[in-house]
Amino acid sequence: MMNTLEKQDRWMLLGFALVVLAGPLLLKPFGAGYPDLLQKFCIFGIFAIGYNILFGLTGYLSFGHAVFLGLGSYTAVWSFKLLSMNVVPAIILGVALTAVFAFLIGYVSLRRSGIYFSILTLAFAQMAYNLAYSVLTPLTNGETGLQLAKDDSRSWDRFFGVPLADGLPSTNFFGFSLVGYSGFYFCAVLLILSFYVSIRITRSPFGLMLKAVKSNQNRLKYTGINTRSYALTAFVISGCYAGLAGTLLAVTDPIAGPERMHWSASGEVVLMTILGGVGTLLGPVMGAGVIKYLENILSSFNEQILQSVFGFLPDAIEHPVIKVVGLFVGEGWELTLGVLFLVLIIFVPGGLMQGINSLQRRLFPAPAHAGADATPGAH
Amino acid sequence: MDAIFLQLLNGLDKGSAYALIALGLTLIFGTLGVVNFAHGALFMIGGFCAVSVQMLLKLSTQVKDESIPGLEMMVDVPYLQVWLGDLGLQIISFAVPLSILLTIPLMLALGVLMERGLIRHFYHRTHADQILVTFGLAIVLQELIKTFFGATPIPVPAPDMFNGSANIGEWLGLGPSVSYPWWRLVYFLFSMAVIAMVFAFLQFTTFGMVVRAGMRDRETVGLLGIHIERRFTIVFGIAVVVAGVAGAMYTPIVSPNYRLGMDFLVLSFVVVVVGGMGSLPGAVASGFLLGILQSFASLNEVKQIIPGIDQVIVYLVAVVILLTRPRGLMGRKGVMED
Repeated sequence: MMNTLEKQDRWMLLGFALVVLAGPLLLKPFGAGYPDLLQKFCIFGIFAIGYNILFGLTGYLSFGHAVFLGLGSYTAVWSFKLLSMNVVPAIILGVALTAVFAFLIGYVSLRRSGIYFSILTLAFAQMAYNLAYSVLTPLTNGETGLQLAKDDSRSWDRFFGVPLADGLPSTNFFGFSLVGYSGFYFCAVLLILSFYVSIRITRSPFGLMLKAVKSNQNRLKYTGINTRSYALTAFVISGCYAGLAGTLLAVTDPIAGPERMHWSASGEVVLMTILGGVGTLLGPVMGAGVIKYLENILSSFNEQILQSVFGFLPDAIEHPVIKVVGLFVGEGWELTLGVLFLVLIIFVPGGLMQGINSLQRRLFPAPAHAGADATPGAH
Repeated sequence: MDAIFLQLLNGLDKGSAYALIALGLTLIFGTLGVVNFAHGALFMIGGFCAVSVQMLLKLSTQVKDESIPGLEMMVDVPYLQVWLGDLGLQIISFAVPLSILLTIPLMLALGVLMERGLIRHFYHRTHADQILVTFGLAIVLQELIKTFFGATPIPVPAPDMFNGSANIGEWLGLGPSVSYPWWRLVYFLFSMAVIAMVFAFLQFTTFGMVVRAGMRDRETVGLLGIHIERRFTIVFGIAVVVAGVAGAMYTPIVSPNYRLGMDFLVLSFVVVVVGGMGSLPGAVASGFLLGILQSFASLNEVKQIIPGIDQVIVYLVAVVILLTRPRGLMGRKGVMED
């Protein structure tokens, strides 16, 4: 499959795959080498890659992408309950159903552009969220969230005589249990596949058309091209990525709640994409990793940890330092996120990728074209 | 008839809050062309101005409790009560209206600072960048409030004399079931006054005339030798003040917590877009319209016919209006369409 890529992309994919697969080892020194968090990196990486296909390539800023994440999760949990604990039908059904909904929502929302498009997607997502909380409770189990139960029918498992576990059954891939590291590697393989597909899309003629939609939609229309169908395809593809991410969330932890569809979840994926670098290939994954890392690591910091970190300082300095740093960790990790985000937007609008590229250029002043496609929106 | 009138009233207070926030958003958008995602956070900060004023007025000292003779017990008594007796208690119960006095200068300063310090640098960036920087600012403001005031909602009661309900039904010759909490009535009248003041300011003063001219054609006004940017900074400040006082006066209706702003922001954006980007009357009209529609949709009779309608009505209306009238109810041509 790799000989269809350009040489540069081939190396990028290879490096990406190695880094992802070696994740448990590489991230251990940073306190992130445990499967729960690594899975989140992969899952939200997929979500952000998919979001970038829409926002990065076509420039349509969707503020309701979390609806597909939630939809994928709900479908997957229902598949676990009714059909089988095998993840394959869950993923197929989850992605297929989100594709249908992405088509419907995209078809309506893409009739408008700019902020109107953002508000339309937001409106659909908020409707889904509110309904999941109230009227659709039989389907979503409301605030508690949809969970597995011991007496679920699981008709396919029963039909094929899969042995019943004592407690709640765990998700599996044809009998191979997906708990802990195996779950991470399952997500990691899908992340690498998703990354490969996104490279192919970005480099394809179709990807070029999407970029053309972003840079000048009118000119494209005047040449007789129906831009809406291109944008709609991109919308559905990125919806499928979000659906896949949603099903994987359910695979690693079979529970689905309406908060996954809340607008702040949609906002989070926007932050991830921007933080990493809009329109770049690697950026969104990095952004997803940074945000999930901050969320999990910073929020777990408490006063004791701070005291052990700053214990070497004399008391007179130590207390104020702990006070100030304490604002930014634990409960206040979102403050760090906000400040980081402000600083990035103000000084490095292209996100982490732009920062890395400009650093690279400063350190190794190479032939002129290096990193030319990684600085969007900087005007 | 009574029930319908009651729902109409119930929609008014929420509608007033939407209208005030949407008015500020539209002012900022119309003058500076910036989509301000921090506006909800400013509404929330207004609410916390009221909280701070209440805390300030309630500053207490320990005094020996004399209500039960023979018992040595200390109770907290606010300084104001010690100094002024019952008048002091009256003043404390008026914390919310009094907080306006603090809110206005504070929000004006905050607004001017925000525009000069941050937003100014984003005029030449894309709309997405503007949205994101204000969104980041909103997160920071919200988290700062959380660190100082905690995450739980803080109740701020209305003045004692506005407790209870007004018998609007009897005034208008309707049934006695039509009663409406006094404070909500006050809030509605207050918001009408604020809206009227903003419109009068823009319509009848020279300053307002220049601002309106600048909204139409910024370049020409600049060519006439008018320092339009300074005026726009002040307009930004005014919009922030409007959000702030709207938030401060709203506290007796909903106890403020740090997430209040974001909840209102999402709806206010829907309101602005439904009203039409850049149209001030549109923003006010659609604020009230959506507030009232929301309250009608939560009638039991309506819910029985279409279950769940109360949850989605606002968004549903937004979708329908955007698809049938692309520029919202009163939007102008060519605003935000690329």
